[in-house]
Amino acid sequence: MPVMQIIFIIVSAVTLVSAIMVVTDRNLFHAALWMMLSFLGVAGLYILLENGFMAATQLLVYIGAISILVIFAIMMTRRLMSTTESPYNSQWPWGGLAALLLLGLLASVITQFDSLVPGVGRTAPETESAIQSMVTDLGVAFTASDQYVLVFELASVLLLVALVGSIIVARPDIDPEEDNS
Amino acid sequence: MSLLEALRTLNLFDYLRELWGPEPWVEPVLDIISIMSLSTFCLLIVLFLIWLERKVIARMQDRIGPNRVGGKYGAAQTLADVAKLLTKEMVTPSGADWAAYNLAPFLIVMTALLMWAVMPFAPQFIGVDLNIGIFYVLSISSVSVVCILLAGWGSNNKYALLGAFRAVAQLVSYEVPMVISLIIPIILARSMSLVSISEAQWIPFAAVVPLSAIVFFISALAETGRTPFDLLEAESEIVAGFHVEYGGMKFGMFFLAEFVSTLFMSSLVATIYFGGYRSIMLEWFGVATGPYLGLLIFFIKTFLVYFVFIWIRATWPRLRIDQMLNFNWKFLVPLSLVMVLVAALLDRAVSHNQWLWWAAHLGTNIVIGAGALAFARRRANRDNLLEDNEKQAPPATASAGPLMEGADPHGDHDDHGHAVPAPAHD
Repeated sequence: MPVMQIIFIIVSAVTLVSAIMVVTDRNLFHAALWMMLSFLGVAGLYILLENGFMAATQLLVYIGAISILVIFAIMMTRRLMSTTESPYNSQWPWGGLAALLLLGLLASVITQFDSLVPGVGRTAPETESAIQSMVTDLGVAFTASDQYVLVFELASVLLLVALVGSIIVARPDIDPEEDNS
Repeated sequence: MSLLEALRTLNLFDYLRELWGPEPWVEPVLDIISIMSLSTFCLLIVLFLIWLERKVIARMQDRIGPNRVGGKYGAAQTLADVAKLLTKEMVTPSGADWAAYNLAPFLIVMTALLMWAVMPFAPQFIGVDLNIGIFYVLSISSVSVVCILLAGWGSNNKYALLGAFRAVAQLVSYEVPMVISLIIPIILARSMSLVSISEAQWIPFAAVVPLSAIVFFISALAETGRTPFDLLEAESEIVAGFHVEYGGMKFGMFFLAEFVSTLFMSSLVATIYFGGYRSIMLEWFGVATGPYLGLLIFFIKTFLVYFVFIWIRATWPRLRIDQMLNFNWKFLVPLSLVMVLVAALLDRAVSHNQWLWWAAHLGTNIVIGAGALAFARRRANRDNLLEDNEKQAPPATASAGPLMEGADPHGDHDDHGHAVPAPAHD
C-alpha cells in the first residue's frame, strides 16, 4: 500500500524532525511547542496502526496534560523565557553516546519480535475486531481481581501521595506566633 | 437505487457509490466531501447562532436587538459583521511571536470542528461512529487549552498572558467534574460511543441521573467560557482576556470557535442525556425515527439546550475567580465523585429489573442532590456569618490585602475570599 507508506513516512518525519528541534531550539517555549508536535506525530502513528484508543490517550495525556504542565513550568520560571544561551554544553558527546546505546538496545529488542521485522512477520493489518478486543482486554486487565487491579490501585495511591506531598511542600509556612503580631 | 430513493432515505453516499462504481478514488473523495460539508455547515450555522443570541438576549433585556440589516428582524446583521471582520487589516503586533500568534486562531477553530466528527445527527448520519466517542471528544477538547496558551503567550502582552492563565486554570479545573460526570452515562450505557449511548436510552438519562446532567451542563458552561464563567472579560483587570491583541478575522476565529463549541456542547447534552435523534415519546406510540425525523428531533433538542445557554447568559452575573475555583474543587468535584461511586454500585446491584433500576438511580440522585444543597447552604451561612463578624470588628490586618491571608484572626476556617479585595486569588 504505497499511499499508507507515504503517510507513514511523512508522519514519522514530522515526529523525528520536531523531536530534534525540541533539543536544538534556543527558545524554550518553542521547544515545548515542538515537543507537542512530536507527541502529535506519535498519535498519528497510533492512528496508522488503527489503534484509536491509544491515539486519543496520547492526545489527552501528553498534549492536554503534560505539555501544558511543561509550558506552565517554563512560564513560571523566572528569566527562563528570554534565555539566549546555547542548548549545548560540554557534556553533549556523552549524551549522544547514551542516545546511541539506547537506540541499539531498542533495535535489538524490536528485532526479537518477528511480527515487527519488515518482511518476516505477518503483513496483514489487524482487523477492527482484534483491536476492539485488545482495548477490552486492557480494560478488563485493569479491573479484574486476578490480574492487575492491585498494581493499578497502588499506582493511583502513589499519585495521590505525590499530589498531597507537593501541596505540603508548596504550602507557605504559617507560624502560629506571627498570627497575632 | 434511484436519486429519489437516496433522497428519501438520506443516503446520498450509497447512491454516489453505486453511480461511480468501485474505483479506488471513490472512498477518499466521499470522505473529503463529507468532511467539507460537515465543517462548512458548522461554520455557517454560527451566522444564525450569533443572530439568535443577540436577538434572544435583547428580547430578555427588553430591547429590540439587531433590526436594520436584512429586513424587519435584522437577519443579515451577522453577514454584515462577517464582511466587516473579513475586510479588516490583518495585524501582527510588533514583538509578538509570529508562529504562536498566528497559529492559535486556526488551531482553536480546528479543534472546535474536529469534535463534530463523532456526533450522530440522525440514524446512520454520522461522521464516524468511534467506539471511544466521548473519549475522543475529551481528548480533542483538551487540545484547545494549548491554543489559548499559544494565543496568550504569542501576543507579547501581559494582560493577554494573565488572561490565558485564568482561562487555562478554568478549563483544566472544570474538565475534572465534566469527565467524572460523563462516566455515569458511560456506566449506564456500557459504551463510550455516542450512537450506543443514544440507543441505550429507553428513557432519557436526564430522567435517570439528573444530577449528572446538571453537573455536566455547569462544566460545559465553564468549558466554553460562557456566563457565569466568562471571567476572561474582566475589563478592569485583564481587558478581554487572552485575545486582547487580536483584531479582524483573527479575533473572529476565536469568536467562531466559541460558538461552534457551545453548539457542540448543547448537542452533546442533547445526545447523552436527552436521547439525541431519538424521540422516546414518539417511540412509545410506535413511530419509527427515519433520517429526516431524526434530524428534526436532534436539532429541536440541541436548540432547546442552546436556548438555556443563551438564557443563562442574559440573566446571570459573573462569578469571581476564587468563587469559581472554590465552587469547582470544593463542590462539583466531590459531588461528582460521590455520584460515580453510587451509580457504579447501583448499576451492579439492580440491573435485573429496569423499572427498579430507574427508581434506584433517580431516588439516589434526588437524595444526593438534596444533601449536597443542604451542605452548600450550611457552608454559605457559615461564611456569611464569618463575613459579618469581620465587618463588625475589622481585623487589624484586613487592609494588608491578599498577601497577609495567613494572618487572618480566624485561622481555622478555609479561604473563601471574604473581606479580601476581589483580585486577590489570581
